[in-house]
Amino acid sequence: MKGMSLIVKTITNIVIGFIFIYGVYIILHGHLTPGGGFAGGVIIAGAFILRFLAFGKGAKSEKKSSTTASIFESIGGLLFVGIAISGLLLAGTFFLNFLPKGEPFYLLSAGIIPLCNIAISIKVGAGLFSIFLALAAMKYVMED
Amino acid sequence: MIVFASCIILFLIGLYAIVTKRNLIKIAIGFVLIEYAINLFFALVGFKRGALAPIITQLDTPHNFVDPIPQALVLTAIVIALGTTALMLTIILRIYSRYKTFDIAEIKKLKG
Amino acid sequence: MIELYLFLAFILVAAIIATEIKDLLAAVISLGAVGFAVAIVFILVQAPDLAIVQIVVEVLTVVIFVAVILRTTHVDETIRKKLSGTQIFSIVLYAFFAILFLIVMFRSLQEMPDFGNPIMRVASEYIKLGLPKTGGANLVADVILDFRALDTLGEATVLFTSAIGVVALMRKSGRKK
Repeated sequence: MKGMSLIVKTITNIVIGFIFIYGVYIILHGHLTPGGGFAGGVIIAGAFILRFLAFGKGAKSEKKSSTTASIFESIGGLLFVGIAISGLLLAGTFFLNFLPKGEPFYLLSAGIIPLCNIAISIKVGAGLFSIFLALAAMKYVMED
Repeated sequence: MIVFASCIILFLIGLYAIVTKRNLIKIAIGFVLIEYAINLFFALVGFKRGALAPIITQLDTPHNFVDPIPQALVLTAIVIALGTTALMLTIILRIYSRYKTFDIAEIKKLKG
Repeated sequence: MIELYLFLAFILVAAIIATEIKDLLAAVISLGAVGFAVAIVFILVQAPDLAIVQIVVEVLTVVIFVAVILRTTHVDETIRKKLSGTQIFSIVLYAFFAILFLIVMFRSLQEMPDFGNPIMRVASEYIKLGLPKTGGANLVADVILDFRALDTLGEATVLFTSAIGVVALMRKSGRKK
């Protein structure tokens, strides 16, 4: 049987949505409450890793999700640099907070900080998940 | 004073594991302990007695916060530490799959 | 602050166990105990951001360590063996430098500000200007993504590099036997 026992699979199915939503909450409220891109990215990577550990996958789908994780990591990095360069192009300073600041304590405030949080969370989450996938693929490597 | 000293003793325990142990996993554990010691030291340096966490909840009140800069430095360092630990363990795995041992003295003997 | 001292003592004891125990799996569990105690200390020194990150990262660290140990072996065979010449030399060298380090440490801790009274010359500016300049209420997020965003870009690069390293070391194709 692939993966773990039925109890673990059922509990994972129930819990994983909550973990994911908690991660998204941590990311989006990073400029108002404790948390931010780093913490939320690691939580989302943890949700994927939990799913991976509970259900198990074959070698083929592992390779596929590894490619997807690499693509997402590149997207996150490019988004972060893109925000920085758009500050340079629009206002003349790298990493300038060029968006309007908005009302304090509201979700849409603080200029580029929420966008940076999202970019970093994609980057960190996909990076850690691809690290984990590479380490999980070692059972095929060790068998050689 | 005693609080900072305990961080430095944790650093010395990690350094002891790195320098004197012969098992590769124990050496990796020593590296992780040193990372914890440094993160803890930074967080403790920024602590201010009777102050709050650096998150503004109301306007127009006098701000009495702990130092946010060490926290910002450590926040990124913790995540990076996970990445470097994973890289280190990958190299250890490669060494194991080649020599079938974690003992660095044996590995030195088997080389060549 | 008595609980802070208790947790610091717990960290030191768990760290010694992690380095000295024979079973590698138990050593990794002790390492996890150290990490979670560090997270609690972060809460006690008013750093909730760090505590969240530390808890999640600690879970992943233990998972990766356990994955490696389960694939290989979990007995530390080196611990009961007789000490070799190089090992005795390294212990003596370590003891010498540790004593030297402790002397320097006590000298330099005399110069540092006491625990609980940081100087905060730069931080007072950041606390004053954080909300008006960036609009974010979480000052740690303001520092890492606005005042010191280049630093964060560098750290993201380091993470990218380590991910590339892991993937390249673990790849299956293109390796010569």
